[in-house]
Amino acid sequence: MPTVTMTVNGMERSGNVEGRTLLVEFLREHLGLTGTHVGCDTSQCGACVVHVNGTSVKSCTCLAAQADGAEVTTIEGLANGSDLHPMQEAFREHHGLQCGFCTPGMVMSAVDLANQNSDPSEHEVREWLEGNLCRCTGYHNIVKAVQAGAKAMGGGS
Amino acid sequence: MSANGSGIGASVKRKEDTRFLTGRGRYTDDINLPGQLYGYILRSPVAHANIGGIDTSAAAAAPGVHAIFTGSDMEGVGGIPTGWLIHSKDGEPMVEPGHPALALGKVRYVGDCVAIVVAETSEQAKSAANLIEVDYQELPAVASIEAAEADGAAQVFDEAPGNVCYDWEVGDRAATDAAFEEATHVVSIDVVNNRLIPNAIEPRAAIANYDPATGDYTLYTTSQNPHLIRLLLGAFVLGLPEHKLRIVAPDVGGGFGSKIPHYAEEAILTWTAGQLGRPVKWTCERIDAFKSDTHGRDHISTARLALDADGKFLGLHVSTKANLGAYLSTFATCVPTYLYGILFAGPYTTPAVYCEVKSFFTNTVPVDALRGAGRPEATYLLERLVEKAAVELGMDRVEIRRKNFIREFPYQTPVALQYDQGDYDATLDLALKASDWAGFEARRAESAARGKCRGIGISTFIEACGIAPSAVVGSLGARAGLYESGSVRVHPTGSVSVFTGTHSHGQGHETTFAQIVSDMLGVDFEAVDVVHGDSAKIPFGMGTYGSRSLAVGGTAIYLAVEKVIEKGKKIAAHLLEASAEDIEFENGSFTVAGTDRSKSLGEVALTAYVPHNYPAGLEPGLEETAFYDPLNFTFPAGTHVAEVEVDPETGEVEVVAVTGADDVGRIINPMIVDGQLHGGLAHGIGQALLEECLYQDDGQLQTGSYLDYTMPRAADLPSFNINHNTTLCTHNPLGVKGVGEVGSIGVPPAVINAVIDALRPLGVNDMAMPATSQRVWQAIQQAQG
Ligand code: FES
Ligand code: FES
Repeated sequence: MPTVTMTVNGMERSGNVEGRTLLVEFLREHLGLTGTHVGCDTSQCGACVVHVNGTSVKSCTCLAAQADGAEVTTIEGLANGSDLHPMQEAFREHHGLQCGFCTPGMVMSAVDLANQNSDPSEHEVREWLEGNLCRCTGYHNIVKAVQAGAKAMGGGS
Repeated sequence: MSANGSGIGASVKRKEDTRFLTGRGRYTDDINLPGQLYGYILRSPVAHANIGGIDTSAAAAAPGVHAIFTGSDMEGVGGIPTGWLIHSKDGEPMVEPGHPALALGKVRYVGDCVAIVVAETSEQAKSAANLIEVDYQELPAVASIEAAEADGAAQVFDEAPGNVCYDWEVGDRAATDAAFEEATHVVSIDVVNNRLIPNAIEPRAAIANYDPATGDYTLYTTSQNPHLIRLLLGAFVLGLPEHKLRIVAPDVGGGFGSKIPHYAEEAILTWTAGQLGRPVKWTCERIDAFKSDTHGRDHISTARLALDADGKFLGLHVSTKANLGAYLSTFATCVPTYLYGILFAGPYTTPAVYCEVKSFFTNTVPVDALRGAGRPEATYLLERLVEKAAVELGMDRVEIRRKNFIREFPYQTPVALQYDQGDYDATLDLALKASDWAGFEARRAESAARGKCRGIGISTFIEACGIAPSAVVGSLGARAGLYESGSVRVHPTGSVSVFTGTHSHGQGHETTFAQIVSDMLGVDFEAVDVVHGDSAKIPFGMGTYGSRSLAVGGTAIYLAVEKVIEKGKKIAAHLLEASAEDIEFENGSFTVAGTDRSKSLGEVALTAYVPHNYPAGLEPGLEETAFYDPLNFTFPAGTHVAEVEVDPETGEVEVVAVTGADDVGRIINPMIVDGQLHGGLAHGIGQALLEECLYQDDGQLQTGSYLDYTMPRAADLPSFNINHNTTLCTHNPLGVKGVGEVGSIGVPPAVINAVIDALRPLGVNDMAMPATSQRVWQAIQQAQG
């Protein structure tokens, strides 16, 4: 089995994986980072979004081997100690989550948007979230949270 | 009750959020037990077949495989039970066929459980399952209500001739017939309530463990009601006593009704763990969730409304056919009856109402509760019919509703319910104002100038939540009580643990219930934690569905807090050398009335646990439990207005505005309440415009993935305009009603009424759900000839 090595949330991590092992499996099962969720098998829900080299990626559609050598950030790596990341704080403040299952993917995806656009319109947020499903919130408060979080980030994470 | 910054009425930020936002939630699939094996459930690929034989030899020899079990291995283990016995018009009990956890001799739907393969890894279990050879001797299938009732239709169960489970009725048929004889106008409508797939974003999962040393079983499962699962699984299926079976429903990623039922997989896993003496974990893949999570809705109805010359409703007659799927899921039988037929008075004074419901078995996934469960189906039919009546009689759509509103409470409906309180004019007025109903024609003209057809639609509705009382539901066939439990444990230094039998899977109980307790006891919000979801920790409770948690579970907690205060008064009286009757409790202090002599809750709690100076005969400790059996349903009500813009070239419908004016009773946390409304509205708009579960005639599921089943996404929805007018429930101490299902009940008819309103100038007078662009475009083409 090939060995993969990547920097996950700032720490170098390696593991032996099969060629077909998905990044999300590596994160959840090998590294115990269960904050990244799996909601589907057709790359439709976005519950699994993480950052690979700073860009949001559906970790269920990426092989662990493809992330070899990469910088990976998961929801567990976003906060600074006990200080929530501004996007996490915005989700809390605006009630952008209910059951919390879609939340890690939503937040990771939103941070990527905010890195590119510090003041997205409602329309831009709704279009950006095309790849993320939420059954609980009706998206209303997620949209508000993403806009507020992007502003709070001020164009950088 | 004192209003403090985090008390009742404050939009407190949620306690649960930090763990969910930092990836520290603990959902069932996040749990791993030492030595665990993985189970894969092999499912039927055909809708209806005799099983000629199952050859597991190749699979058993595959790498990593520990065991394979099929129906014959589990023969003798009890079948999956159903929770509500319905009686037909003729007094006969419904047909209640057995439901073996693993199919025995026959499969009845695509997705039926055929075998479990247990292996070292989930990949090994799945690959081995592909090696199992099942001899399916296919039978003709019935995949719809129409097919099930056709002459000569295939029989799902031999004991259910014509595939009928029951033929039920409610209301006074003779009085309703008489009303039609007197009527000046009769308006009729045929509607289909489209079948939906619930799609909580967390797929179902379970891990079962058996400890041979103690004989204890533990099942972690994605459930809305752990004790209900323990009762059904323990007592009815496996024959395990409660003290040997622990059910844990940890963080659960949404339910919407689909995580109420006791599923076959829970029984299979638990039984298998017992056979192997090792933990077995199963996680449903989404592709299997589509064909094994219970589905919702699926009604065909025809209804007639009798009106007098002025547009007053005289009588309503409803005939419905409901699809129950291949087996009777936990609440399947009561959803189209006692959660449906009794809603048909709506907010109106219609003096005679009659509803009959015939329910059918089909070779499809079992149908059970889905957000609203019966009440969206009733509301959709009624509000489409009322709208049609206004159009046919040339009356104003708002005035016809207003003319028929109930205004005197309590109000006894002709279909069993007694509404305790409401103000339907107030929510209607609020919605009209908030939606700028009066200014609509200008907006219509503006859209028309851009080549778009704009429409506005309304629905005025009631719902019934917190189903109860137990004695009444028992007399109607429920096999469980519908009370709730709450325990309040004040610790020695004054912090508080609250134990509730309800379950939170997004609703924010950890916050809302803590607000109530913090407010009542005058302790810091941070000093109160809420515990739920583990049958080993909490008192017996019925769980969360039917918007019952606050009205029933919150009341139980309220009553337990009152008991704590009563006991605290006795302890304080002793310490203050006064009589307990003279002690007043406010803001966390026990005070001798009219004096400044007082003891804090903390001092009283410490005394209760270090009872050196203590009232004679009083038990130490400060912990109380209350069970609350509600006196009546609660009746949230409201008005929803939807505004749509249709592109007549493409048939595409855009929801441009949605306004809700809701009366959900006293609001504990406005932020959470509005969030519940948003979610319900999205679900309702999904039903109206996007979502539809389709089967082929042979029983193959056509919409079996997110590629074929359209879930509402962010860009499909507008932001929502939410407004409140509150009347208090009169029969629970908090005056609360319930909010979790309101949106999915009220909004679908408002959306469809809006679509029809937009298209009426083009000659379109009817529209089915979901109003997809294709369907709308076809309707326009047909109308234009
Ligand atoms: S798990 Fe659904 S998109 Fe990755
Ligand atoms: S918060 Fe539950 S799916 Fe989004």
